[in-house]
Amino acid sequence: MKKPTINEPISDFVTISGYLAVKELLRNKGRFFLISLVIALITLLVLFIAALGEGLGNGNREYISKLDADLVVFQAKSDKVIASSRLGNNRIAAIRRIDGVADAGGLFTSNAAVVFFNGNEPVKIALLGIEPGKPGEPKVLQGKQFRKNLADEVILDKNTALRTKLKIGDTAIIRTTQGEKDKFFEMVVVGITDGQQYGLQPSIFIPYQTWDNIRSKSAAEIGSGNPVANVVILKLTDPKAADEVTARLIAKVDNIEVATIDESIKALPGYTAQQSTLSTQGAFTLIIGILVIGGFFQIQVLQKVSQIGVLKAIGTSTPAVAVASIIQIVLVTIVGVFIGAFLTFLLSLSFPPTVPIVFNGGTSALAVVALIIIGPLGGLVSINYAARIEPLKALGLSS
Amino acid sequence: MTSTIALETRNIIKTYQSDSGLINAVDDVSIQVRSGEFVALVGPSGSGKTTMLSILAALLKQTSGQILLDGVELSDMPESERVKIRREKIGFTFQSNNMVPFLSALENVELMLRLNNRLDKVGKLRAQELLARLGLAERMHNLPGQMSGGQQQRVAIARALIHNPSLVLADEPTASLDTERAFQVVETFANLIHEQNRAGIIVTHDLRMCEYVDRVLQMQDGKLVKEYTGKSEILEFINGTRH
Repeated sequence: MKKPTINEPISDFVTISGYLAVKELLRNKGRFFLISLVIALITLLVLFIAALGEGLGNGNREYISKLDADLVVFQAKSDKVIASSRLGNNRIAAIRRIDGVADAGGLFTSNAAVVFFNGNEPVKIALLGIEPGKPGEPKVLQGKQFRKNLADEVILDKNTALRTKLKIGDTAIIRTTQGEKDKFFEMVVVGITDGQQYGLQPSIFIPYQTWDNIRSKSAAEIGSGNPVANVVILKLTDPKAADEVTARLIAKVDNIEVATIDESIKALPGYTAQQSTLSTQGAFTLIIGILVIGGFFQIQVLQKVSQIGVLKAIGTSTPAVAVASIIQIVLVTIVGVFIGAFLTFLLSLSFPPTVPIVFNGGTSALAVVALIIIGPLGGLVSINYAARIEPLKALGLSS
Repeated sequence: MTSTIALETRNIIKTYQSDSGLINAVDDVSIQVRSGEFVALVGPSGSGKTTMLSILAALLKQTSGQILLDGVELSDMPESERVKIRREKIGFTFQSNNMVPFLSALENVELMLRLNNRLDKVGKLRAQELLARLGLAERMHNLPGQMSGGQQQRVAIARALIHNPSLVLADEPTASLDTERAFQVVETFANLIHEQNRAGIIVTHDLRMCEYVDRVLQMQDGKLVKEYTGKSEILEFINGTRH
């Protein structure tokens, strides 16, 4: 095996590299701080794109992703799109009888608006009918769960409560359109859940029979039959047996298709395209960041060719010079990323709740790590250049 | 003090390829420099003195010939070993851009001790004493940008000597200085070389500076053409070329 050609103990050259790197940083604070600021702006951009992606994704999938359930049953050929699927009572009953299904609850979706008579703007919401006590009903953080299938009660998700400023015990006025007329329904707020957005809208949960009474409908639908669920949400006796239960469902219930929670999220209209667009934007921002940071450090190395020449001439090893550059780049990048993260946090405080920005710990941490890595990546060319500087040429001694 | 041979070169040749064919920038040069001896390498532009100095500094490899520093042959050493030799055995001052710009005068001098992992309290004290000796007691904590060219050259001299190298090399150290400062710098350099028993070589265009050296080696077209030894011979050479 080829031995490393470093002629001093690693601890020695790291010590000298650290000394040179830190001294230069401290003696040129202004210059390095400007580079950190550029990195901070890139960080701000990357974190906002990540937060926007998270916010938009969350607005689409939040209710589905928080379901305490294992499978979702759709009407066949609905492409697993909730709004396109219809499942009547007979099929719901058949689904409940399948071996392995512990519990099942219908989900009934519609849109409505919460209106105010004090001049405030209406808040558009997803009106979600659920079966009390069945899968699909979210757990309340304040107040109580539903007890009856038919009651003039609603549970608000956190976002609806934030935007409407309604509290438990207040009356929410819900506007829908039935036939050609706007209808207004007074509902008592009995509970508030955590964030449960659906279709990029804040949501209001309501017992499914009340839902059927108040939802928007055409003139022909008014007074017609039982409510029809969009999908059925299943809790299994053994979640690990999802494949077997799926096979049984397909075999025994006509005209259905079954999806896991993850598959249901991916099938949400526009969700996958939206997320891949935002991921691509984030990736391009990182690439631009690498180029910008690389450019800055390259210019810096070009400005100090003679300085590096002197260091090498008096016996500083090439690895020590390279490590000094790496230490500087890493420190400048870390400072920039943390300034950027702090600026992002400050800016995020000024955004209204209507802007779909969510700072997810995991996603933000991933973005921060990626940003810290792009500094040294961007600086690779300059580090290589610094390592290749020949003291003779740098000092003008070569003829 | 003992006077051993610190540096010896044997038939050094450095050949370059040019448009007109091969050129011997250094052509069969053999010299010896003893500890405590201060030698000037002089000659017109293109005579090969800077190339010779670069070879002696282990910054450039000769095409053929041998170099022995403290009896150790440098010729076949890998680059990593040559870096170590430069760090431990050689002190260097350059024509300009001598200093590391973000280190103070004292830190520049201490850097040689740091590089050699020998920076302790005694070393720090020696660095301060050396700078004081060079008239820089009030400037120790100044950055190079806050010092004149002459002051920077004196810091470079301190840095070249602080780690007790066997060989001290100076490339045109007075090129950017006024006459008075130039004489001061070379005189101080010569005194320290003698006091500390180092082998010193100065490359200079300015023959007046040879007043302080023990021997003058004259190069022309890459060859060592003449050697002047002794005060009177050197003064005669200086005065002869002046007229």
